[in-house]
Amino acid sequence: MTAPLIEARDLVRTYEVRQGMFGKVTPVRAVDGIDLKVMPGETLGVVGESGSGKSTLGRMLLGIDPPQEGQTFFDGEAMPKLGTPEWRALRAKMQLVYQDPLAALDRRLTIAEQVAEPLAIHKLVPKEHRATRVAELMTAVGLRPDQADRYPHELSGGQRQRVVIARALASRPKLLVCDEPVSALDVSIQAQVVNMLRDLQEKNSIAMVFISHDLKVVRNIADRVAVMYLGRIVEEASSDVIFATPLHPYTKALVSSVPVPGKPLKGRMILQGEPPNPANRPSGCAFHPRCPLATDICRTSVPALRPVADGRTAACHLVTSADQPVAA
Amino acid sequence: MVSKNLVELRGLKVAFDGVQVLHGIDLDVGRGEAIGLVGESGCGKSVTWLAALGLLPGKATVSGSVRVDGQELIGGPRTVLEGVRGKRIAMIFQDPSSSLNPVLRVGRQITEALAIHRGLSGDAARAEALRLLDMVGIPDARRRFELFPHEFSGGQCQRVMIAMALAGEPDLLVADEPTTALDATIQAQILDLLIELRAETGMATIFISHDLGAVSQVCERACVMYAGRIVEQGTIEALFDNPRHPYTRGLFDAIPRLDGPRERLIPIQGTVPHPRDLPEGCAFSPRCSHAAVDCRSHRPDLDPLADGRLLACHHPVGQVLADTRRNAETRVMETVS
Repeated sequence: MTAPLIEARDLVRTYEVRQGMFGKVTPVRAVDGIDLKVMPGETLGVVGESGSGKSTLGRMLLGIDPPQEGQTFFDGEAMPKLGTPEWRALRAKMQLVYQDPLAALDRRLTIAEQVAEPLAIHKLVPKEHRATRVAELMTAVGLRPDQADRYPHELSGGQRQRVVIARALASRPKLLVCDEPVSALDVSIQAQVVNMLRDLQEKNSIAMVFISHDLKVVRNIADRVAVMYLGRIVEEASSDVIFATPLHPYTKALVSSVPVPGKPLKGRMILQGEPPNPANRPSGCAFHPRCPLATDICRTSVPALRPVADGRTAACHLVTSADQPVAA
Repeated sequence: MVSKNLVELRGLKVAFDGVQVLHGIDLDVGRGEAIGLVGESGCGKSVTWLAALGLLPGKATVSGSVRVDGQELIGGPRTVLEGVRGKRIAMIFQDPSSSLNPVLRVGRQITEALAIHRGLSGDAARAEALRLLDMVGIPDARRRFELFPHEFSGGQCQRVMIAMALAGEPDLLVADEPTTALDATIQAQILDLLIELRAETGMATIFISHDLGAVSQVCERACVMYAGRIVEQGTIEALFDNPRHPYTRGLFDAIPRLDGPRERLIPIQGTVPHPRDLPEGCAFSPRCSHAAVDCRSHRPDLDPLADGRLLACHHPVGQVLADTRRNAETRVMETVS
C-alpha cells in the first residue's frame, strides 16, 4: 500500500472569541479532533455548512494555521513550523486556491507577472525560460497567450479563477487545497473549471482537497468525501456511496436539501433550526438539537467516528452498520 | 381599467451610458403566479426588475412600458412609483445582511415599513411586526424584536427581509437570488418558506436565480434570459422535460448530478458576451453547438410554438412531436455548416 501524501492526526484548532466588547474570552474549537489521509493523486471532498470548520481544516493541512493539538504529516514528514525556511520550501509542493479570485490576485500586476511569481520565489525556472513556462501554464488552464498582458479586472470571473489555478500549478505541487473554488461562478462556467481541474489533476497526478458546500460539484470531482459538522467529521465514504446511501442523519439532510429539478420540496427532509454556534457547542452529539432521530444517549455522549462498513466511517449512535441505515 | 394581468412589461429596454443591456422584455405576470428568471450573470435578470421598479442609478436610460394593474410606471410621476414600490411590489435581495440597516434594531426596521406602507404606528405596528416575524419563522420573535441585524444569522436575516417585504402586503414579491448566499439546509428552509407564504397570501412571485433546481420548486413558469433578451419561456414541465433552446439545454447539461453515474460535466463553452460587443445575429451563436449560417446573420424572434412556449431560435434542439422532419433538416444543416 502506498503511503498517504498528507495525513492529519487529531487536529485541533481553537480560536479565542470575545463576546461583546468587554465580555469574557471564550475558546471556540473550530476544528475539533480531525484525522484524515489523502493518498497521492486522490481527491478528498470536504463538505459542511458555514462554521463547520472546513476552511480552517484546509488551512491547517497546509500549515498556514498551526494546530494547537495533533500533527500533520506531508509525505511522511512532520509539517515544519509556519514561516520557517523548510515550510516555505514545502509550500511549493502544496498550494491553495480560494473562492474569490479577485481578492487572491494583485490588481496592479498583469496575468503573466502573477503566474511567473512562484517561479521566481521558489527559484524554479531561470529568468530566460520563465515566459515559456508561463505560456505553457496559461495554455494548460485554457487561457489564450495573448491574455498574458491583461490585468485581473479585464477578465471574467471564470478566467480569473483559471489564472489563480495556473499560478498554483506553477510550482508543480503535489497537493492542491481548493476552498470553494467554483462557488462564485455560473453553472456553465463552473462546469468548465471543474472539468479543467479534473484533467489537470489526472495529468499531473496531483492530490486534491476540495472544500465546498455544493454537494453536486463535490460528488463530481471527489473520490472520497468527508462531511463536517461543527469541527468534526461525522461521516466519510467514497463519493459514489455517500450521496446514494447517506448513513448519518446530517448527511441525509444535506443530500435532501439539494434542489433536484422536477422533484417537489415536500416530503424531503428539511432540517429545522440553524447550524449551532461553535462557541456554544451542544452536549453529546453536536447535531442532536437538529436531529429528528435524537435519543437520550445523543444528548449526553459524543459518538466516535468509527468504521461502519468497508471504507466507510460514521459518527452516530444510531448507525450500526451500512446494512441498516438510519430511517429518516 | 383593470387588466387581467397583475404586471405587464412591454418592450422594456435599459441602456447604461448608451450601451444597451436590456433589449426589450415582454412579460406578463398573472395574479398569484410564480415565475422564475434564469440565466448566467450579466444576462439582465436583475436589471429587468430593478428597471421596472425605478431602482437603477441615474445613468441608466429606461424605456418601454411597465404596467401594474394597468397603471404605467415608466415616465410617470414619482408618487405613482412610490405607491407601488415596496407596497404592491416588494423586492428581496441576495445579501440580506447588507440590505438591513446595521445600526437600527430589527423591530424598528419592520415597523418603519409598516408605517410607510400601511400607516400603522405604536402598538398596532409592533403587534403586526411580531405577527410578520412569526409568519416568516423567527423563533422567539418577542425577544428578538429589539436585536440588531448582526445578532441574526444569514438565514434569519433573509427571513427578516422577507418579513419587511411582506409589511406592505404586496401583490408581487420579487426575490433576487434569495438563497444564493445561504447554506444548503437553510436554503431549503427559505425555499419552503417562500412556497408556504405564497400559498397563504396568494401573492405572485418572481424568483430570480441561477439555480434551476430551486426555480423548479418554487415556480410554475420560467423565462430563460441571455444577453438582455428572453430566449425561451414556458412552463417548468415544458422547459425541464424538453428544453428547445440550445442555451436552456446547456444550462441543464452543465449541472452536476447527485445521482446516476459520475460523468464528465458538460459546460457551455465561452462566456456571456459584453453588452458593448454583442455578436451579430443570435447573441448565443458563438457558444452554440447548433449554430448555422443564418444564426450568425439574423437574430431569431421570440415566437410562440404549438405547445404554448415562446422560443427564439432558428434551430431548436429537443423533440417536437410532429416535427421530426425539420429536426433532421436541422441536423443536415449543422453538418454542412
